Amino acid sequence: MSQMQISQRAADRLARSTPHGIARRVRGLSDKAIAWLFIAPTIVLLLAINVFPLIWTVYLSFTDFRANRINRAVEWVGLRNYERVLTDPDIWHNMLVTAHFLFWTMFFQVLIGFALAWLINKNFRGHGVWTTIILLPMMLSPAVVGNFWTFLYQPQIGLFNYVISFFTGADPSSFQMIGSVNLAPWAIVIVDTWMWTPYTMLICLAGLRSIPDYIYEAAEVDRAGPFRTFWSITLPMVMPFLMLAVLFRSIENFKMFDLVVELTSGGPGSVTELASINLKREAFEKWRTGLSSAFAIILFVTVFGAANIYVKALNTVKSR
Amino acid sequence: MSTSTAHSVVEPSRLTRTIAGTLVIVYALVTMVPLAWIFLTGFKTPPDSISYPPKVVFEPSLEGYVNLFTTRTRQTPDYMASLPPPQTWYEELVRSRQMVIAGPSKFGERFLNSVIIGFGSTFLSVFLGTLAAYAFSRFRVPLADDLLFFILSTRMMPPIAVAIPIFLMYRTLGLSDTHLGMIILYTAVNVSLSVWLLKGFVDEIPREYEEAALIDGYTRLQAFVKVVLPQMATGIAATAIFCLIFAWNEYAFALLLTSGTAQTAPPFIPTIIGEGGLDWPAIGAGVTLFLLPVLVFTILLRKHLLRGITFGAVRK
Repeated sequence: MSQMQISQRAADRLARSTPHGIARRVRGLSDKAIAWLFIAPTIVLLLAINVFPLIWTVYLSFTDFRANRINRAVEWVGLRNYERVLTDPDIWHNMLVTAHFLFWTMFFQVLIGFALAWLINKNFRGHGVWTTIILLPMMLSPAVVGNFWTFLYQPQIGLFNYVISFFTGADPSSFQMIGSVNLAPWAIVIVDTWMWTPYTMLICLAGLRSIPDYIYEAAEVDRAGPFRTFWSITLPMVMPFLMLAVLFRSIENFKMFDLVVELTSGGPGSVTELASINLKREAFEKWRTGLSSAFAIILFVTVFGAANIYVKALNTVKSR
Repeated sequence: MSTSTAHSVVEPSRLTRTIAGTLVIVYALVTMVPLAWIFLTGFKTPPDSISYPPKVVFEPSLEGYVNLFTTRTRQTPDYMASLPPPQTWYEELVRSRQMVIAGPSKFGERFLNSVIIGFGSTFLSVFLGTLAAYAFSRFRVPLADDLLFFILSTRMMPPIAVAIPIFLMYRTLGLSDTHLGMIILYTAVNVSLSVWLLKGFVDEIPREYEEAALIDGYTRLQAFVKVVLPQMATGIAATAIFCLIFAWNEYAFALLLTSGTAQTAPPFIPTIIGEGGLDWPAIGAGVTLFLLPVLVFTILLRKHLLRGITFGAVRK
């Protein structure tokens, strides 16, 4: 600390004995220079680790490059990779699986998350502590969560099957959550809902708390019943928040990889094979680098496009 | 609908509160069951962990934790009899299963990798984020909105899509499976969150503080370091925890870009196997040790969670 002050004083003395222009340079940089100096490192890093790789992926998507055979001559194949991805029935199947996952996880998370937020907003005693407890699952590592849920889903010894059989009387080994073609798509929806419902809950809660009391008081003066109040005040006011939560979660779940890979690794067969899981297979197991680059670009454009349209819709709702 | 004058609509009645409280508490307890179960499994013996019906009451054992940190080999009874008596409690525990300790497992190393990569990338992304956030908040940067959106959009890429070229790039540069490579990568992923969150925090600090400092003869840099930074302390701490949790939890990049020296815990934990299948108590122990820091941090962070998970879009 004292050393810093000494050097500070030295700089001051230096500054006083030099002409004005140089003094400015010694004592401090201009605002513009500082702005660029502060922003540049971040931009450079993102250019190197995000933009450059993205451009490289675009280039690779037009070639037949295979990352496991570097010495093979690389050929330019034009749009053939895109054509193959878009006509591949397996990839369309992945898209359907992803859509099913996306729709039902959003459906349950919005429903349960909103209900929970609504209940918490009644401000019962100790609501703070219970809210924190409810929030815990979403902060955990998705891969590790997927891993330990495989244990809960074990047909004979798993707790999940045991609890279900306890309440329904079914034999706990008569159904396999992650081994059965019919149940596996729901197994991943259940775990994702368990993990991420707190997310919608927290954002909805913020929405509910943002509604000023006087609006409700005005509704009471106008003799609006509780249903009317809910439909005409609560829901529209929370809507932008709810849509924001859905936006963030949809982007994440469209990219979903870690949780499901650890839980089912896409199986049985390919009934839970989400787009990202197949992308990983194509890129790092079959080593079709060119094809998987085209696949990756298509996925990215889809998320980006959908997110942009959605944000427009969100802004319309907000401005209403 | 009858409107009673005893209470206002804004203030829920006692009965409503009790019902709401009960439902929320039931949900919270149910949601905790999976976590409690994996925690308990860590203290079971392997036979107890796979018993039917599932055991809620059992004799606690540290076998899972011992198995997590050691590798063991099965020996013949003759060989076991020829050994000197065990020196430590964990050796005794292992020998009761007709096995001897062959050496430490890789869990310690993987855990340490998670710590090094987590803290390294957190430091860097918060450092870069603080500078960029200050600049975006205080100066007129040309195309600021576009730059900010660009920074955010890098987060929309599916990790596997980014991993393809990164894999090739790192192989060429010799950064595959290195701590430095993973730190740089996680920094790049986290810096978007860091810039957006910290910009929100800087925006909340009144400009008058700095302006007063500038009038007092401080330079911009001095004002930033001595006036703004101390005000940002809470924001920086919250942002750091978010970055740390992300790096700690990350799986896809770690799976694809590391295999040995720099592998972190998430891709490692699921591969812990015992004799004849997965060693669930050891996995339970590993999961518990791995999740515990995050649980603690989440509780510390609860006031800022909303901001963190929405990139600063929703504040309160």
